[in-house]
Amino acid sequence: MSIKAHHHITPLKTYLSVGVALMVLTIITVVVSFVHFGAFNLIIAMVIASIKAVLVALFFMHLLYDNKLFMAIFSISLIFVSVFIILTMFDTMQRDSIDEVKAKPIKKNAIIYDK
Amino acid sequence: MNHTETHPSFLAHHFSESEQQRESAKLGMWIFLITEVLLFSGLFTFYAIYRSWYPDMFINAHQHLNVALGTLNTIVLITSSLTIALAIRSMQLNNRRQTIILLITTLALAAIFLVVKYFEYSHKFHLGQLPGKFYTFTGIKGTNPHVFFSVYFMLTGLHGIHVIAGMIAIGWVLRRTINNHFSAEYYTPIENAGLYWHLVDLVWIYLFPLLYLIG
Repeated sequence: MSIKAHHHITPLKTYLSVGVALMVLTIITVVVSFVHFGAFNLIIAMVIASIKAVLVALFFMHLLYDNKLFMAIFSISLIFVSVFIILTMFDTMQRDSIDEVKAKPIKKNAIIYDK
Repeated sequence: MNHTETHPSFLAHHFSESEQQRESAKLGMWIFLITEVLLFSGLFTFYAIYRSWYPDMFINAHQHLNVALGTLNTIVLITSSLTIALAIRSMQLNNRRQTIILLITTLALAAIFLVVKYFEYSHKFHLGQLPGKFYTFTGIKGTNPHVFFSVYFMLTGLHGIHVIAGMIAIGWVLRRTINNHFSAEYYTPIENAGLYWHLVDLVWIYLFPLLYLIG
């Protein structure tokens, strides 16, 4: 039985390039945050954060080279997180468009210490 | 049957070969990591709900966070992610000495992150920018500014606990590296500690713009 390992060894250059890309994206996201785009600020910040996250996951976490099952598992968790947040936000944001009265106690009870 | 010839010392008897053992260990780690993702998603939802209810208060309150320190910590954490990835690469190339140096560097960067966080926290404690009923600061306009600091302390606090847990994991694999447990054939625990550390980095990549860089 062979115990030969076929582990992928990422070239040093790839790691360093990803590191530099992450630094540059960090600086871009800080600079852009001081420019006013209104609601787009959040979208831009989240897009940049997601690019950074994809770089970390694919290269540093080796998802690009490892068994694709790991990528599937991780992606499924992110799908469930978006379902969780999106459905909760539908309820949070749209409740008063169906019944204005029902929205009020929710907001009131949500604040534990009224200051 | 002679087991000693086919089984290297690091291979547990219930695995037929080292690659199967490695894949199983990493599968287990990934399943653990998705529970961590779901743990944090609860707090991110908490953030989303309150930010959608009090968008102006969030903007006013976030101006009391120090963007320079947040950026510094982001760079520190990204660098530490790079160093632990390089530590694994060194072990793949059988360079134990370099792995040890890179793991120690990662630990040092993690410690710097916590020290910066300590200064940020103590400043907020001093000003009374604290969650819930402990909030005594008066300089923020808007409804319920204490909610912002509940979100801030819960998210960064849980993240900070993960930084400490990550340091313990890295310290453990560092010790095992020093004790010569690993080689180019077997280094799965360093990989798994690395995966955990990268997850800590991933969470911070989202926390930083959401808390420090609101429009």
